[in-house]
Amino acid sequence: MKNLLLPALVIAGKDLYSEWKTRQIVTTMLIFSSLIIVTFSFAFDPSNQSVRVLIPGMIWIITIFAAILGLNRSFTTEQSNDHIHAFVVAPIDASSVFLGKFIANFIFVLIVQIIAIPLLFLLFDFRVLTIESIFYLVGIIFLGTFGFVSVGTFLAALSSNSKSSEMLLPILLLPLATPVVIAAVQATRIVLIDLEKLSSAMSWMQLMIAYDLIFFVAGLLLFEYVLEV
Amino acid sequence: MIQSNNIIKTIGEKMILRGMNLEIASGETVAIIGPNGAGKSTWLKITAGLLKPTEGSLLIDEEPLKKDKYELQQIIGYLGHQSFLYEHFSPVENLRFFAKLYHVKKPDKRIDDLIEEVGLTFFKYEPVRSFSRGMIQRLAIARAILHDPKILLLDEPHTGLDQQAVDILNKVILRLKKKGVTVVLVTHDFPQVIKTCDRVIILKNGRVKDDIPLEGQDVNWLYTHYERQAIHS
Ligand SMILES: Nc1ncnc2c1ncn2[C@@H]1O[C@H](COP(=O)(O)OP(=O)(O)O)[C@@H](O)[C@H]1O
Ligand SMILES: [Mg+2]
Repeated sequence: MKNLLLPALVIAGKDLYSEWKTRQIVTTMLIFSSLIIVTFSFAFDPSNQSVRVLIPGMIWIITIFAAILGLNRSFTTEQSNDHIHAFVVAPIDASSVFLGKFIANFIFVLIVQIIAIPLLFLLFDFRVLTIESIFYLVGIIFLGTFGFVSVGTFLAALSSNSKSSEMLLPILLLPLATPVVIAAVQATRIVLIDLEKLSSAMSWMQLMIAYDLIFFVAGLLLFEYVLEV
Repeated sequence: MIQSNNIIKTIGEKMILRGMNLEIASGETVAIIGPNGAGKSTWLKITAGLLKPTEGSLLIDEEPLKKDKYELQQIIGYLGHQSFLYEHFSPVENLRFFAKLYHVKKPDKRIDDLIEEVGLTFFKYEPVRSFSRGMIQRLAIARAILHDPKILLLDEPHTGLDQQAVDILNKVILRLKKKGVTVVLVTHDFPQVIKTCDRVIILKNGRVKDDIPLEGQDVNWLYTHYERQAIHS
């Protein structure tokens, strides 16, 4: 506990504080998301109700790109002065670095979602939300983001040692994150557009839970090999 | 305190350490000198737990230094070629972060004292980004001793420091020495070796070439001795 959870919170706290001071990552993410929303709202007529089938996809496009923007910086910012080595020599578990980075990245993406998704609904005049569908939507977004950020944090650390890490991360993410993205988009579509098929959304959610558990635990356990110098 | 048993380190094809045998007792202040590429930094990294030896073993307090030996990591302070500091944080913010990682008790008082000791009180809240190389090095020294380590490993800490900062660093080393801290100093700065150390180790081609007490010797003796041992043989 003392060497896992506590240092993880310290590292996450450091990243959040650093973001609070510089506001670089979340700002870039938000600008990017707004750009996507604005582009789509001009490309398709938002007042036409048939356009709402686009919304599940847009939620996840925003999430994926915002997450990648954050993930790319997550470990490269630790390289300028070999901070990763500082973590290796400190009395902390290697997993706590993964956990800390995961928490920080998750919160960054969450902030973007909290702002961008309501904006999306507003601009596309999406009014068919019920309490029930909001409840499921929040759950699905949580599960999907959790999985994507778990894999992403691990791969970001792995690719940060490479000179072309910004290119490597998406390449590694593509095959590994596809299952959770498909499940998330499918579940979101069902919950937002035909809630009658809820049972199949449930199976997608179960898939996400399994995926999240596997990749989160794998990230925790394998991270010490990523830090090896 | 530190025991290096026949350590061999190969990276790729290259054999960097070729059987490092060395024992450093508790409370000793030891300088490690040697030509560039002799393997000094590599050995120090192994001692800090940053690298694993390919063969042989490194014992701290009779225990091998493994990844999850938190008690051992807690008593080691390491300053390598990189400062480990965050550029957009001030000295106080940087030290607070490391104080939390090392579970330092009453961190605020400790941080204040250390910043004063290294002479950065005036720049306490300035971002490190604006610091000169020497100021960064001073703060990095404070960072390395923040958690009151029993073993302090310094890799060329005098480089980039002005005369005043060199004196500050020497004072820090001598203060810790008095407290019984074991100090290992990799350096090229012979006058500082004479001022602070009890013993000098000459490293060449990944092996200990010579190991001598420094009691009563002066800089000129060290220069001639080093020349004879490290260059002409
Ligand atoms: N990561 C590495 N990969 C390959 N060679 C390395 C690496 N680190 C150090 N070396 C080589 O090992 C030798 C010793 O390096 P080092 O320990 O830094 O020497 P010193 O600190 O004594 O100048 C050098 O020849 C250096 O090129
Ligand atoms: Mg060196």
